[in-house]
Amino acid sequence: MVRELSIGLCGAAGQGVQTVEVLLVRALGRSGFHVFSTKESMSRVRGGNNSTEIRVSEEHTEAFVDRIDLLVPLNSGLRKNIWKRLGPDTLVLGDREELKEEFASKEFRFLDVPFLEIAREAGGAVTANSVAAAVLCALFRIEFEILDDLLKERFGKTPEVLEKNLLSAKKGYEQGVRLLEEGVFALKTPKPDPNWRPLLIDGHKAVSLGSLAGGCNFVTAYPMSPGSGVLAFMAQNASRFQIVVEQVEDEIAAVNMALGAWSAGARGMATTSGGGFALMEEGISLSAVTEIPLVIHLGQRPGPATGMATRTEQADLELALYAGHGEFPRVLFAPGNAREAFELSRLAFDWADRYQVPVFILTDEYLLDSIFELESLPVESEPFSRHFVETEPGYARYRVTENGVSPRGIFGHGRGLVRIDSHEHDEKGHIEEDFDVRERMQKKRMSKLRLLEAAALPPTVKGDPQAQTKVFCWGSTGPIVAEALDLLGREDVSMVHLKQVYPLHPSVRTLVEQARRVVVAEGNSTGQLARLIRLYTGREAEHRLLNFRGHQFSVEEVSEGLGKILEGGEPE
Amino acid sequence: MNPREYDIEPVDLSWCPGCGNFQILSALKEALAELKIPPQEVVLVSGIGQAAKTPHFMKGHIIQGLHGRALPVATGVKAANPGLTVLAIGGDGDMYGEGGNHLLHTIRRNPDLTNLVHNNMVYGLTKGQASPTSPLGLKTPVQVEGVISEPLNPVALAISQGASFVARSFSAETELTKELIKAAIRHKGYALVDIFQPCVSFNKVNTYKWFRENTFVQESSPEELRDRRRAMELALSGPPFPLGILYREASGRPSFENLLPAYRRNSEPLWKRTPDRDGIEAYVETLR
Repeated sequence: MVRELSIGLCGAAGQGVQTVEVLLVRALGRSGFHVFSTKESMSRVRGGNNSTEIRVSEEHTEAFVDRIDLLVPLNSGLRKNIWKRLGPDTLVLGDREELKEEFASKEFRFLDVPFLEIAREAGGAVTANSVAAAVLCALFRIEFEILDDLLKERFGKTPEVLEKNLLSAKKGYEQGVRLLEEGVFALKTPKPDPNWRPLLIDGHKAVSLGSLAGGCNFVTAYPMSPGSGVLAFMAQNASRFQIVVEQVEDEIAAVNMALGAWSAGARGMATTSGGGFALMEEGISLSAVTEIPLVIHLGQRPGPATGMATRTEQADLELALYAGHGEFPRVLFAPGNAREAFELSRLAFDWADRYQVPVFILTDEYLLDSIFELESLPVESEPFSRHFVETEPGYARYRVTENGVSPRGIFGHGRGLVRIDSHEHDEKGHIEEDFDVRERMQKKRMSKLRLLEAAALPPTVKGDPQAQTKVFCWGSTGPIVAEALDLLGREDVSMVHLKQVYPLHPSVRTLVEQARRVVVAEGNSTGQLARLIRLYTGREAEHRLLNFRGHQFSVEEVSEGLGKILEGGEPE
Repeated sequence: MNPREYDIEPVDLSWCPGCGNFQILSALKEALAELKIPPQEVVLVSGIGQAAKTPHFMKGHIIQGLHGRALPVATGVKAANPGLTVLAIGGDGDMYGEGGNHLLHTIRRNPDLTNLVHNNMVYGLTKGQASPTSPLGLKTPVQVEGVISEPLNPVALAISQGASFVARSFSAETELTKELIKAAIRHKGYALVDIFQPCVSFNKVNTYKWFRENTFVQESSPEELRDRRRAMELALSGPPFPLGILYREASGRPSFENLLPAYRRNSEPLWKRTPDRDGIEAYVETLR
């Protein structure tokens, strides 16, 4: 039996839950535990009640579960979405002084730990989060030196703050050791693997680092959650990687500036969320007609309009698929975890340059804010290649070629002139209203779709490819469906996860045709992937498992939903 | 360099006979030739409109993009390759209407580019509607009872926002226009040249005669040009409207691309660079 614990950390914004998360996740990783963490937070800077789930296991996990084995509430006022996840076996580690009667009348196992008192005595009340992190480290038998190092890495720049936190952590650690000695901590912790020391990387960093590995050297954005994590990472590392990062006046500027940069040979990306992406649509269309490559990172959140700023959804597939007026080829990637986010972001820049099309990386708040463990990242696996040419006199930017890709010149490289136009144009980029030229150019641009179809990435199949029931999913829902199938334990059900949602790989059609029952599980209210599958295969999914409440599916929820479908009933 | 080196053949100029755009096109080619900048080093960026077609009618790299969006595109080009001479060219509707927000923030950002605005106070391409600079009372097929919104004052706006170079010309003053374009290109930072230009088809008020009677060339010493308060007074004055450089910052303020960390240790344009994979590997290892 694989031992696993799911820790729920709750606290107000500004209370340092994130510090506990970062310290604990890294301490666990450095101690050889398998770890995954994900969080949900309210759209406010102070107060409220946010929660983080940290899964500690003897095996790799990368999905959100409802179950909370160990709850650590740092403040009172637990929200009902957390209450619902507590069970009779949940152990609550809390401070009576802070929580008052909150857990007194409930039937939970409660262990009173005076976080605040310890903090006050050691480093001041604000260090209660370090106390909590230290107690937990002790309970998982993590060596204090590991926490000590991490605190120094986090607070080292301000010696006073470091000193207070170290003192608090020490006291907290002692308290944790006492709980173990007294035998009141009743949970069995997983065994660490001394050879396991994972990379711990969230979605923001995975997209950013993948982009950098793909040669991204120009980033523009207007801040919008959850797309701005990538902007912040790139800005904080602009000097290290010698890239241009600019926070612009609006998303229209973001996309147009990126296109200007690409036309001078840079590799540009705009990062945003649905509302900002909507503003970029004309620019996307400009990318298409001018055949200037473009990469946009679209971190999805619930809409319409402002929707839920800090929450998650997968409802912008069709937005990205149909964005921009006119008809043109494009690519939609949808990574399911940090590794795919890294690999697809890197590939996005290569494909945008190679095929001269807009490429969209669709992530969501859940993926971006989750921390995944990885043995390594394939930074060097693909050689870097450029896809522009040195121009000669008489150069024609839009020369009609067999495969539709015209050799792309850039400003300032070669003796030719690069003439780019948003109107329909002839091969040299001059405004042209000749109907034959129009047809030829439109065909040329659309013919790149055939290249993209040939290059399309196959879906990941988990389980028997011949299974009667196939559960199709895309993006961040993948790992959750995968674990739900494990929980379900049915050999006649398999998963098909799409990390590229457009163009679809031809095997999607075969997989659909071979299935007796097609289920589509996705994070929106109408079944956008299900519609896409019907459009390209003619098959109407028999069942849809949809989630659009603003929080990611849980493993249990998907498993139960699938269970009901298999029993013949419909999920609620 | 002969300005004819900027001529392009064959060319089918789509402007109306007598349009001020011809004069501006000719002044632009002469300015570039006198500065000895070969077409391979010039990027002409424009949006949409009659003025925005200018790049098509001469040699140089061009990118005609979307209505109102020339400035961010031009900034992107310049930031990706600071060695290029970049001009953003358009009309009053393009730059001051649709692109108004970009104008404000490009001034703040101060990239080293030249912004030519052919200001004819009316929409030409869409056939005669009011523009942001149309005078009060101008009757058009849409503003049938006359324009009721205050006209935008681009030069006062630019000076108030901290633009480092602001000038105004009149297309018929081709020598002045040429000299102002040269000064704008030489200026290290954002340079606005607002150019009064008659629209012979749709603006029957602001004609050649009207501009001649309502403008004068303002001479200024280099010291006077650094006086922002004086510049503001000039910008707010008129009619008659002063032509010439109205404001030129003393110098010293680095332009946008010069402040970017991307060029601190490496002056090469971005296209010459390869990803720093060793650096990425090293960073990744800190994530354990």
